Amino acid sequence: MSKISFATVWLDGCSGCHMSFLDIDQRLIELAEKVDVVYSPLVDHKEFPLAVDVTLVEGAVSSDEDREKIINIRQKTKTLVSLGDCALTANVPSMRNPFLVKDVLDRAYMENVTINRQIPREGVPRLLPYSRPVHEVVSVDVFIPGCPPPADAIYFALCELLEGRMPDLTGKTRFGA
Amino acid sequence: MTPEELYQIAEEEQESLKRFHFRMFVCTAAGCLSSHGDSVLDALKKEIKEAGREEECLCKGVGCMGLCSEGPLVFVEPDGVLYGKVKVEDAKEIVESLGKEPVARLVCPIDLPFFTRQKKVVLENSGVIDPERIEDYIAHSGYEALVQALTEMTPAEVIDGVFKSGLRGRGGAGYPTGLKWSTVSKGVGGAKYVICNADEGDPGAFMDRSVLESDPHRVLEGMAIAAYAVGASQGYIYVRAEYPLAIKRLQTAIRQAERCGLLGNHICNTTFSFQINVRLGAGAFVCGEETALIASIEGKRGQPRPRPPYPAEEGLWGCPTLINNVETFANVPAIIRNGAEWFAAIGTEKSKGTKVFALAGRVKHTGLIEVPMGIPLRDIIFEIGGGIPDERNFKAVQTGGPSGGCIPKEHLDVPVDYDSLSQLGSIMGSGGMIVMDESSCMVDVARFFMEFCMTESCGKCVPCRVGTAQIHDFLQKIINGDAVPDDLEFLKKICDMVKETSLCGLGQTAPNPVLSTLRFFRDEYVNHIVNKECTAGACKVPAKQEVHS
Amino acid sequence: MNPSIRVKTFKIDDRDVSAREDETILAVARQNGIFIPSLCYMDGLTPIGACRLCMVEIKGSTKLFASCVTRVEEGIEVITNSKRLQKYRLRILEFLFSERNHICSVCVSNGHCELQSMADQLGLTHVRVPYRYPIQPVDATHERFVVDHNRCILCARCVRVCDEIEGAHTWDIMGRGVEARVITDLNKPWGESESCTNCSKCVHVCPTGALSEKGKSTAEMKKKQQFLPYLTWIREGRT
Repeated sequence: MSKISFATVWLDGCSGCHMSFLDIDQRLIELAEKVDVVYSPLVDHKEFPLAVDVTLVEGAVSSDEDREKIINIRQKTKTLVSLGDCALTANVPSMRNPFLVKDVLDRAYMENVTINRQIPREGVPRLLPYSRPVHEVVSVDVFIPGCPPPADAIYFALCELLEGRMPDLTGKTRFGA
Repeated sequence: MTPEELYQIAEEEQESLKRFHFRMFVCTAAGCLSSHGDSVLDALKKEIKEAGREEECLCKGVGCMGLCSEGPLVFVEPDGVLYGKVKVEDAKEIVESLGKEPVARLVCPIDLPFFTRQKKVVLENSGVIDPERIEDYIAHSGYEALVQALTEMTPAEVIDGVFKSGLRGRGGAGYPTGLKWSTVSKGVGGAKYVICNADEGDPGAFMDRSVLESDPHRVLEGMAIAAYAVGASQGYIYVRAEYPLAIKRLQTAIRQAERCGLLGNHICNTTFSFQINVRLGAGAFVCGEETALIASIEGKRGQPRPRPPYPAEEGLWGCPTLINNVETFANVPAIIRNGAEWFAAIGTEKSKGTKVFALAGRVKHTGLIEVPMGIPLRDIIFEIGGGIPDERNFKAVQTGGPSGGCIPKEHLDVPVDYDSLSQLGSIMGSGGMIVMDESSCMVDVARFFMEFCMTESCGKCVPCRVGTAQIHDFLQKIINGDAVPDDLEFLKKICDMVKETSLCGLGQTAPNPVLSTLRFFRDEYVNHIVNKECTAGACKVPAKQEVHS
Repeated sequence: MNPSIRVKTFKIDDRDVSAREDETILAVARQNGIFIPSLCYMDGLTPIGACRLCMVEIKGSTKLFASCVTRVEEGIEVITNSKRLQKYRLRILEFLFSERNHICSVCVSNGHCELQSMADQLGLTHVRVPYRYPIQPVDATHERFVVDHNRCILCARCVRVCDEIEGAHTWDIMGRGVEARVITDLNKPWGESESCTNCSKCVHVCPTGALSEKGKSTAEMKKKQQFLPYLTWIREGRT
């Protein structure tokens, strides 16, 4: 049986969901027998491949770079999985949403800074007006809530997907878990 | 007050009217007042005095004559001449022309379908009597019905009469009035109350205001008859504070009726006593919903509560309460006076009598009209309303305000009655009727009404509170050109959900303007979404902007 | 007990149940262990039918009924969990999550929030309507308690418990629609309220993190609601 290709991606999030994914511990080895990790912050691939079976997304869509990435990834992914509350609800990144981007940047880089006050513009992606859940930007196939989702829930979801089923996570994880 | 005394007042008043050879009626309802009808009245009185014709010419302020677009209006008898857009400077000329050729440049023809196609029941005294004089009302058969009910009929007979007349609630929902009265009359409890709902709030609607300003006694009489029928001794008129003139005239009318013994204790020397108090609404649309209105009278936050129990069973302060709309009560005196059969002969099989509409928007003649039920919409718009001005084409007519829907030209021949309008996804409503031509964008119309519902939702139940805001945002997104075709199905789903799950009538009907425009004008939505174009050219569509989803 | 009250029998989800005629469908369902979701309902407070989660179908009617305010009737057949109801309940939860800023991960009630666990129970994994992101204030002027309007779902439990049980009527609601907000006294800061008795009943009936005690960690901020049925029971003298 050919291995299925598997990717993970990290947008605007804290990487906690990736940590939780690693927390599935020795089961990673079982998983590695079934999947080929073709792109991930955990491995050393620079380009997102042309066709991927399953991609886990962590994080909200907050900058124009995030948006470009996720649109590209959606086009090349068969099953896109939103992993964790940031991808699902925009969570903590969305706490800036009631305010204007300009005000947020001013607060962070000007008002509360004593030396070398400047708003970084060079070499950093531009913030979008709102930090958005992934499914508001592209269509998403599977949702795994949690901040972060428990390792067991992630493992369960992946196993179900590998078996060709849509995972039902009721009772296994929740928002903020 | 005995019946004899009442007839005496009527006769004296009629006699004193007959003394004048000329009678001049000047509209002093809010519509004409806003174009200085009161100054015109003063000027005419002054001119009459200066011409020394006070003995032969009566000049009085009256209620609404209907053709508001031509205000201020002056009607002269016995010449039968209607003057429109009268200015203070015209007064002298008008007085001089009495009995001679009328002032041609001011004359409004009165053989227009606007006048001839109407059937006046509720408005029979509007524009005829002085709303601030009870004698004038009595001279026009006023309080006859009350006296008749009190002296010749049992409460059961009154209810039976209203039942047989087929009168249905004029507030919009069309609940049979007789049935409501009979329910309240059977209710048990220490006290019973009669409430008149005058919290008219639909954008563009002013029927109740006009009735209260033009013929306030009629509403009091209707309420008193109702109170007699259901066994209540206390009544409230809940009128919005935005109607200061109506409030003033109501208070005057209540004082006059009390002085004449037509309200108060032992009316007509019977055991029946009935007081009416005015309560002012503070501007919340939802207080037109009966349970919210009751909460407001009780001094609580004006929020609806779930029904049942209905107010007829448990209403004001937990007592059986009859709530009817202004126009419903205004129909009652005529029904008692002329008989249920007379009333039932007007209108259609299931919708009896007449309906008052505030005709507004893109028609030549706007104003207040009263038509028999069952009249086709086309006749109202193209005959009474005189059609669409500026050689444009008719697009849709909105009935029922924020709870109603838009009816397109394919359905113009629909008879105006409760059931036919609801089949088209609209409602009769309280009587707002806004005509739109091709320059109106139906998506924007839906957005306007949704914005209204969003800001007027009380915020108690989730579907209405959040749903109206979400629907509004979706419509705005469509207008801004940021929507995708799938959003339309989603919008419809949300509308259906809000309709089915909301607590009160406001939420349950709030999606109607969206659903009806989606049904009849889907292409305009699609045009906004797919081509980023407004079919009517009314919306500012931002030039194809950068997507920032 | 009033002897004139009759007993009715009817069906909930094909199960035969009996009830006093003054009981509501929701109360009877709970007695029989049948789950009907609700957020504004609370045993011991006047039901207001506001959250609409507890809506049920009754066979023979196309209308939906809020079971917390619908009295039982002889012979009715109640359906508590049809496809339509599931769909609408999810939508109501989505509306609630989208209305204000419910960020579970940084909320003091994370893990013991009724809104959060309702989402889990009903299987809500993501919100399909756009979030509204309003600016909502936090009032921490009270010595012991905090109100965070970002988390408020306007269930009015605080308003009712303060009025009906404590008798202080410190809480009320101002504004309309999505602008509506719970207030103390006449919209004074809670710390300046003259009517508040510091009883903390409102905090403990609050289903979310909108009302909490100062200085309590997420693990400590568990709401204790046992007092309410007890007080009701004592006051009504029920057996």
